[in-house]
Amino acid sequence: MARVSLAGIKKTYGSTEVIKGVDIDIADGEFVVFVGPSGCGKSTLLRMIAGLEDISGGTLTIGDRVVNDLPPKDRSIAMVFQSYAIFPHMTVRENLAFGLTIAKAPKAEKEAKVAEAARILQMEHLLDRRPSQLSGGQRQRVAIGRAIVRHPGVFLFDEPLSNLDAALRVDMRMELAKLHADLGATMIYVTHDQVEAMTLADKIVVLNAGVVQQVGSPLELYHKPANLFVAGFIGSPKMNFLKARVDAVDATGVKLSSPDIGSLVLPKPGVDARVGDELTLGVRPHHLAAGPGADLHGKVVLVERLGNETLTVIGTPSGQQIVAALPGDIDITPGADVGLVPQAAKASLFLPSGLAA
Amino acid sequence: MAMITADNRGLRLAVRYAVLILIAAIFVFPLVFMLMSSFKPDQQLLRDTSSFAAFLPIGDISLENYFDAFKRAPVGLFIFNSVLVTGVTVLLTLLVCSAAAFAFVFIDWRGRELVLTAILATLIVPFETIAIPLLLIASKLPWFGLDGLTFGWLNSYQVQIVPFIADGLTIFLFVQYFKDLPGELIEAARVEGATWGQVYRRVVMPLAGPVLATAAILKFLVMYNQYLWPLMVVQQEGYRPVMVGLQYFFQLNRAWGEIMAYLSLITLPVLAFYLVLQRAFIASIASTGVKG
Repeated sequence: MARVSLAGIKKTYGSTEVIKGVDIDIADGEFVVFVGPSGCGKSTLLRMIAGLEDISGGTLTIGDRVVNDLPPKDRSIAMVFQSYAIFPHMTVRENLAFGLTIAKAPKAEKEAKVAEAARILQMEHLLDRRPSQLSGGQRQRVAIGRAIVRHPGVFLFDEPLSNLDAALRVDMRMELAKLHADLGATMIYVTHDQVEAMTLADKIVVLNAGVVQQVGSPLELYHKPANLFVAGFIGSPKMNFLKARVDAVDATGVKLSSPDIGSLVLPKPGVDARVGDELTLGVRPHHLAAGPGADLHGKVVLVERLGNETLTVIGTPSGQQIVAALPGDIDITPGADVGLVPQAAKASLFLPSGLAA
Repeated sequence: MAMITADNRGLRLAVRYAVLILIAAIFVFPLVFMLMSSFKPDQQLLRDTSSFAAFLPIGDISLENYFDAFKRAPVGLFIFNSVLVTGVTVLLTLLVCSAAAFAFVFIDWRGRELVLTAILATLIVPFETIAIPLLLIASKLPWFGLDGLTFGWLNSYQVQIVPFIADGLTIFLFVQYFKDLPGELIEAARVEGATWGQVYRRVVMPLAGPVLATAAILKFLVMYNQYLWPLMVVQQEGYRPVMVGLQYFFQLNRAWGEIMAYLSLITLPVLAFYLVLQRAFIASIASTGVKG
């Protein structure tokens, strides 16, 4: 087990800086997910921790050692790749034992560790098969098994589920969560899928363009996004953003108005804004309810019925489209007029700079 | 558009087979002619060339030409020399060129693009251009053998082997193949603690079967067919390869039957080598089209 600390980590290719000074502290045994859109630098950051990419600046510590210049094998890490990267010419057993074979471990130790990993992942019956005889899920299991055998301080996962079909992904996700609970190891996991991030992580790191946008627990990120990017990225469907003007502000809250919402009081103390400021109001689709006394009016554009809820796209008077998650059996059709009540206490407010107010 | 009926599908198939058989025949007829002629006395051989009988084992058939060929020249020695020189060169070429390609593709070092470009540029230099300078160098090189330290490699096996081990075409074949291997496999092996040598030996080479077969066959053909270079550097009979040995049959009393017998004999190692590797060879050609 190990603590991981990134201090001012930078990566440059020529004059292009792709990781711009990242600081993250990962506690021993923590499950941390790096999440962000394609090209945000999350995989590069993981590969830098693994030792597969050079670190251009900053300090990377694993356990008590600075590992900036150590090769991957000396960093006490194991990595699971997106393409599984299991060796096609070896049996499952040989794949699992690869690292130990390289390290010239005694045969008995090798067999014991392989058997243990096979037991944890329930693949004892697959040990003598070759990768070509395995399904995608089984291959992924072998890749994870190969990591377990090494007993690393830190497990690194690079989008490990993205090659699996949707149903299998859900199963593997649960297995990974269970594996983390069983092993208690530090795990760093990269994904662009925010559902994976929300369900697996103790702590999520949201990255965009090589910069950490916010670090926090899944619910912290969901309820208290630090900026517009995080607010838009975390949560599905996406948070709705509406422009609003500050009509009044005091120690207890803010009074806002706009053509779309009419007038709304947010019970948010300590907002750093002045009367007349133009702010962005963020309301999640699940914090909008249809009903009387509505602040927000519009026409239904699209209705998506998911059974447990109905995702409704509504066109507002100002021409904007917002999404509301309404009850599954609500009687609503495209073209109808609808009024929505936002839960003011759960709404977010963002300054012109994009930061949370 | 015409409708495809069972009839014209059959016709198409027939035409396709006819064309394929014709092409195969063009390649096979010279070999059949060589083999059949090797069993015939010269007079009959020359008479048969004007008819289809040239391709048939008819008339006065015997192994006489083979016995005569062995009397005229040390055929066994020539075949041994060629197989030895070719075999050792092929093995060393595969080893050296795959290792070089490995370093070009997987290891990051300054100047590798430039060096690779330079190596590939040697592909356009004809051997004849460098033959004379190479001869001068070979005639002065030191060698530490059974007789102790000697100078000059002429009349030896190594002079026929060493200049051909490092070879741009083979490096190029390996580079192309290695580039198609998933990079994550190599990274996974590195994370697991494998050194570059172990990645080469345990991961990359076991996956290189098809390119090894292709490179081996191409190199085998080049080496087995060597004529100019051994003619220049080998004067002693003991080191002569098969192609130079052919000269023995064009000197006094030229006998076509014996030539055909000799040619048939020296074709055998090539056929044997190809049969051993043909499955892998075909797989590698097929795999270039349907990768992944």
